[in-house]
Amino acid sequence: MNLETVKSEIEANVPGCRLEIVANPSPSGQHSLLLDTQHAAAVALYLRDAPDLRFDFCSNVTGIDWPDKELSQKVKVRKLVDGVEQEVEETRTTNIPGNLEVVYHLYSVEMKHGPIILRMRTLDRGTGVHLPSFTPIWRSAELQEREIFDLYGVIFDGHPDLRRLLMWDEFQDYPMRRDYADPDDYEYEPTAHDEVLQRAQQHLSQANPAQFSEAEGR
Amino acid sequence: MDEKLKNELSKQGIFTTSLQALYNWGRTSSLWPLNFGLACCAIEMIATTMARYDLARFGAEVFRPSPRQADLMIVAGTVTKKMAPQVVRLYNQMPEPKYVISMGACAISGGPFKQGYNVLKGIDRYIPVDIYIPGCPPRPEALIEAFMELQRKIDAQQLTGENRPRHLNAGEPSEFVVPQFGEHDLEPARNSAIWNPPLVQITQTGSDESGNR
Repeated sequence: MNLETVKSEIEANVPGCRLEIVANPSPSGQHSLLLDTQHAAAVALYLRDAPDLRFDFCSNVTGIDWPDKELSQKVKVRKLVDGVEQEVEETRTTNIPGNLEVVYHLYSVEMKHGPIILRMRTLDRGTGVHLPSFTPIWRSAELQEREIFDLYGVIFDGHPDLRRLLMWDEFQDYPMRRDYADPDDYEYEPTAHDEVLQRAQQHLSQANPAQFSEAEGR
Repeated sequence: MDEKLKNELSKQGIFTTSLQALYNWGRTSSLWPLNFGLACCAIEMIATTMARYDLARFGAEVFRPSPRQADLMIVAGTVTKKMAPQVVRLYNQMPEPKYVISMGACAISGGPFKQGYNVLKGIDRYIPVDIYIPGCPPRPEALIEAFMELQRKIDAQQLTGENRPRHLNAGEPSEFVVPQFGEHDLEPARNSAIWNPPLVQITQTGSDESGNR
């Protein structure tokens, strides 16, 4: 089953939808379809119900956090330096805004084909980002969408029961986002390193500054 | 009481004992555990009670489904932060005398999930633990060893004096703070009255020096 043909078939049958193939450069070559959020539900319904596709099983839903990126490039520019035109290297930084992505893996049990991989992206990484829910189309997405809501903070419109799944309701953070900061519940660790070591030393210096500076000086 | 006289009397069919020995014997021989498990350690705990390992030999075969009837809490498995208040509440509902076995790496310290965001780094942050069993999960033999260690501990307890157990000391608490679900973590993150992190100087080379607590 070729993704290109599926894409053109969807485009022919779902008017107005904008699809994009996200290429996977790894040897597995599992390319995926990026959906636009307005037509996502219609595309999903078509994938489920079209007689030659019949993707009746949503096996996996997962989330990805793409943080804001700063891309710095070195560009050669011709400039006037001390009255003489010279070629000067300049670094230009461009901000690439991040987003949250949700990935669905679909199979057809009836036609024995798949997977086809769908992606949807939010506009930004804010706290109230919305995406359409596929739970009304594939019931198996229900708990996994709840998990993504819990851990990434994506609000699924049309989900019948969108509550936190693993964390408690009063919890405010989204632990799977890249910028999540753990609560500082320090505990001694015999083989501390990196972040844990830093934290341990911080606690020690707070608890007993005199002893710590003495140990530092040694 | 003189040991020789005791032996002599027992040959005559007169048994003598102290109230303390009798009292401790009674508690030692019928430790009823609370019937609950949290993760894979619970499977080992169940195996321990079954015919092959037969925990009934130690007077602990009656797993009670109610904390009101239980003497011993076996914290068997990963304590998630979402579960921790319930575990503490169950402990508070148990009548004195009560004991806690912290079974497995997770219940001791969080185990492999220690660096995670959702696992409590040891149940001893909220309730006093009598016996720790390391292992992931500990074998049934280890749980039996923990039982025997707990029995030895109970046997050695003095009923009077400074070191008397908690349930005979009105000044000692029998219930502990149940943590609340906070916005970022459990509140409080630990019961400072019973647990504080040891402050140890850690150096990059890995040599530790104990700091002053």
